[in-house]
Amino acid sequence: MADWWSYSLEDFLLFSPRVYWRMFALHNEAVWPLHLAALPIGLTLVWWTARPRPWSGRVVAVALALVWAWVAWSFLWSRYATINWAAPWLAGGFALQALLLLGLGAFGAGMPRVVPPSVPRVIGWALLLHGLLLHPFTGMIAGHPPAAAELFGIAPDPTAIATLGLAVLMTGGTAAWVVMVIPLGWCAVSWATLHTMGGPEGAIPATAAVLAVAGRAWPTTNARKPL
Amino acid sequence: MTLRPFSRRTALAGAAAFAAASGLRPGRPSARPASPELRRIPSSGEAIPAVGLGSWITFNVGDDAALRRECTAVMAAFLDAGGRMIDSSPMYGSAQAVIGHGLAALGHPPAVFATDKVWTSAGSDGPVQIERSRGLWGVERFDLLQVHNLLGWEAHLRTLFAMKEQGRLRYAGITTSEGRRHDLVERIMRTQPIDFVQISYNILDREVEGRILPLAQERGIAVIVNRPFRQGSLTRRLEGTPLPGWAAEIGATTWAQAILKFILSHPAVTVTIPATTRPDHARENVAAATGPLPDDALRRRMADDVGDL
Repeated sequence: MADWWSYSLEDFLLFSPRVYWRMFALHNEAVWPLHLAALPIGLTLVWWTARPRPWSGRVVAVALALVWAWVAWSFLWSRYATINWAAPWLAGGFALQALLLLGLGAFGAGMPRVVPPSVPRVIGWALLLHGLLLHPFTGMIAGHPPAAAELFGIAPDPTAIATLGLAVLMTGGTAAWVVMVIPLGWCAVSWATLHTMGGPEGAIPATAAVLAVAGRAWPTTNARKPL
Repeated sequence: MTLRPFSRRTALAGAAAFAAASGLRPGRPSARPASPELRRIPSSGEAIPAVGLGSWITFNVGDDAALRRECTAVMAAFLDAGGRMIDSSPMYGSAQAVIGHGLAALGHPPAVFATDKVWTSAGSDGPVQIERSRGLWGVERFDLLQVHNLLGWEAHLRTLFAMKEQGRLRYAGITTSEGRRHDLVERIMRTQPIDFVQISYNILDREVEGRILPLAQERGIAVIVNRPFRQGSLTRRLEGTPLPGWAAEIGATTWAQAILKFILSHPAVTVTIPATTRPDHARENVAAATGPLPDDALRRRMADDVGDL
């Protein structure tokens, strides 16, 4: 593969912005009314994160695993792959993330919410709530139709951003970093795609990734304690 | 190398059938502009229209039924205007499948000069990929296959030359874009019996005028020019700027036509393959191969003027 060096980022942008955003509209239409299930799942994650129980960290991890597996299959494998030959590899990454979360829920402590220092707490909640509630509106602000809105559990960006929020809020330094690797990688891919298309939306996954790393690496991280 | 006009009857039959079925309104033959100029492929003497149709980005629309219909309409307009060469690659996402969908909708017009590429690093994967591409197009065989961006070129050229010998392929070539790896392109042109070389060339990016284009003339290799509009950035940049007076001298009514006429005025160029999502632009592009082309003095003026804008 010695020839890969000769390609630039633009060479891998295979589609136009019009095709890309229409894809989300087509996907929303195809999977409707599963949006009605995705939102309650997201709000349940918020509830268990805000009001943790001894078992809730595991349930959060397993629920999130199901969401990642669904997005891997329904969006990346079945939809995005029709315009991007790299999408099956991305779907593999999402499937691996689902397995990681499933393993964390089944054999580890899951994603227990903690009382972190103030800055990580703000960042974690901001990312989580953005992914669940605000992200669909950012596309509209950028001029895309409501039908093309990207929703948690349906589209990859809000799913990855909400997951980063939960990872910033959780205990277990090593496990949290492991859980963050693939969402951070996706944010990089999404930023590259959106940036190359020339739209301002690329700033969202890029900012989310930077904030997540900053929140997780905050100097007082060692003070994180389980409830 | 200007030749007599090419009969478009067979191409039009399929395009008209599609137009009738889809409600499109192809231009009436009486209103159609003059037939596009033909250029000879040096290795065979076969004549093909000097403007083809690229599919990079524009035809990668996935399963979007509405956009697939638009792509079919572009192909119908292109063929109706007298175009023949349609170019794609396995690298272009769903473009091959979308072309196949369009060709089926148009009744597989026999005039289409099916041009594709092989794009995989492993030589052993080439035949499988080529067969898959052929299936997506829905054609019996490709007219031209090229090694995309020289990836695995030695093994793939062996495959393409063998296919030619077996009558499963008419022409073999190589491609590069954005000025990459011209030294290797030159070496292959000097040492391999290729029919076509595909390169990037436009009124602002003229490096190939130095060695590649003269070498193509010397070696009798047909030249396909990709990215004539710099993926649209060049025409967007010129949008809103009035056409200079020299445009009328060469019969160019738009910047796109002026840019294409500049490219076609180089004697080494055989075909240029602009991509578009609009049927009217497809017609306009093909029409650039009609009428006068700029001479050397005007070429210099055109390049200076566009460079200054």
